[in-house]
Amino acid sequence: MAGTVVLRQPIATDRRLAATTEPWLLRWLLTGVAMAFLALFLAVPLIAVFVQAFERGVTAYFAAFAEADALAAIRLTLLAAAIAVPCNLVFGLCAAWAIAKFDFIGKNVLITLIDLPFAVSPVISGVVYVLLFGLQGWFGPWLIAHNIQIIFAVPGIVLATMFVTFPFVARELIPLMQAQGSEEEEAALLLGAGGLRMFWHVTLPNVKWGLLYGVILCNARAMGEFGAVSVVSGHIRGKTNTLPLHVEILYNEYNFAAAFAVASLLAMLALLTLCLKTLVEWRSHRAMHEARLLKAPREAES
Amino acid sequence: MSIEVGHITKTFGTFRALDDVSLTVPTGQLVALLGPSGSGKTTLLRVIAGLEQADAGSGSIHFHDEDMATRPVRHRHVGFVFQHYALFRHMSVFDNVAFGLRVRPRRTRPSRQVISEKVHQLLRLVQLDGLADRYPSQLSGGQRQRVALARALAVEPKVLLLDEPFGALDAKVRKELRTWLRRLHDELHVTSVFVTHDQDEALEVADQVVVMSEGRIEQVGTPDEVFHHPQTEFVMKFLGDVNAFHCRVDSGTVQFGSLELPFPEQRQQIDGDARVFIRPYDVTIDTKTNGLPAVTAEILRVHSAGPVVRVELRTANGQSLIAELSQERFGTMDLQVGKSVFVRPRHIRVFTSS
Repeated sequence: MAGTVVLRQPIATDRRLAATTEPWLLRWLLTGVAMAFLALFLAVPLIAVFVQAFERGVTAYFAAFAEADALAAIRLTLLAAAIAVPCNLVFGLCAAWAIAKFDFIGKNVLITLIDLPFAVSPVISGVVYVLLFGLQGWFGPWLIAHNIQIIFAVPGIVLATMFVTFPFVARELIPLMQAQGSEEEEAALLLGAGGLRMFWHVTLPNVKWGLLYGVILCNARAMGEFGAVSVVSGHIRGKTNTLPLHVEILYNEYNFAAAFAVASLLAMLALLTLCLKTLVEWRSHRAMHEARLLKAPREAES
Repeated sequence: MSIEVGHITKTFGTFRALDDVSLTVPTGQLVALLGPSGSGKTTLLRVIAGLEQADAGSGSIHFHDEDMATRPVRHRHVGFVFQHYALFRHMSVFDNVAFGLRVRPRRTRPSRQVISEKVHQLLRLVQLDGLADRYPSQLSGGQRQRVALARALAVEPKVLLLDEPFGALDAKVRKELRTWLRRLHDELHVTSVFVTHDQDEALEVADQVVVMSEGRIEQVGTPDEVFHHPQTEFVMKFLGDVNAFHCRVDSGTVQFGSLELPFPEQRQQIDGDARVFIRPYDVTIDTKTNGLPAVTAEILRVHSAGPVVRVELRTANGQSLIAELSQERFGTMDLQVGKSVFVRPRHIRVFTSS
């Protein structure tokens, strides 16, 4: 009996394959079109950035970073990310925790609000900040009276970056925390753990890969954001210029080699982000998978 | 350590999960909360543990005269076992079991050495000593649940609460684990309450069975009491198969077809509409009349694959009836579909609609 089953198996799979897949010519054609599209729109531009950057040679390439304005832009970009990312990490964790583990009035409103920065154009979020904190803005007179400058200064850039990168961490954590449920936390409390200990020993380790994934995406966006920052920055060289804005200025001055050199820095950041993302994605998907397995072990084992 | 729960009400929105429930669990007993889903049994367990708060102003919870109602979860010292184990997924089996000891405040925390000894002793108790370094995802369902039990016992709980502990396991493992749980309880004698919807599990394992329905306790008693002397229709129907009929009660007898059946052990005998319940194994089938009063019935189906033979019948007045008889007795009779037989209920229970 077992013998016949084994013998029949390959025939059955062949038949199934023949019935559900396309002829090889069509398969190759579709794959080829997709690959060509990727090459044309993603790979070629990426290579072009580096080719252009090194057009005037290696010394010119590094000279572009040695310039004071470029260094200032790098510093400002790092500063904005260094403030925005931790803030959004804490906020994202709190929001995801509240949404995944509790039921409260206004929960759906909160979920929708978290997505707001994804829904509106970044330029609009920049304009909103100008409207609020600018000279003619709602809080403008008060800010001037107290000698606080937000728009066309570093605080504005940080605020705009925070707004735009707001959803990444929360969006990543909510589904993961919902899948994991709160039974492990309950178990920790029942075993005598306090709230803080429960958070450090149970909640945080359970979501660490999802959290890291959200932080990586959040950081990439924080460093690469153009639209919102452009509106609030004022483009003061050496003072309120971030890396993406610096690229634009250099480009508009026909200083292509320097523009692409700085751009290559952002491109490398993107490549690094992709590598980390892939690595962490693999781990965080495993965490999600495990959450389902532990919930329903019987289906998983069979 | 006894558990006393008094007048607990719990509502979720408009749904009343517990309706004025009072219960006493004597020291050292193993008690089953038995009921269908939505009967409030898990809610009651979670209220005892402190994972749910009873409605404001309702009820009291005492562990041996100690008021627990206002005490936070972490200070109640209950061992709790979840249906889906709730093991800490990123900790090894050892760390899971040790967790409750390690989170103690420094002055009551045992030394590393003592913790290690205690954990290994518990793992031996649940027969998992070789698996201390494994992670939950590397264990089978039955193993996970035993780790969860060891973890709950590590803190030397005053009471042990188990929420459908074997509900997620397959039938064979479930049976093994429940006999094992009973033996373990006989060794440890910690006051335990477990929730189940499986009547066999409750009747086999528990000292006392608490049958629940729609947020209320229907009956509390030993497995024998609830099974043989059900006090409500619900208990009668929930614990095993029954044949149910509408009938009329007239001066202490019920009319069943052409039979008049007396029901001596009934508490109140009110004439009027009533319902009769007959367990399938309380129905006798005879192929020929033997002088005893009986009704005639036709055989519709015979299921003979199993430890007992189930026979589906239709009585002369059109009521369907299921009877169970032993394979041995079945062998002595020639029961075939379509054949006419004599049917006699040996024991009935009557519940009047009051």
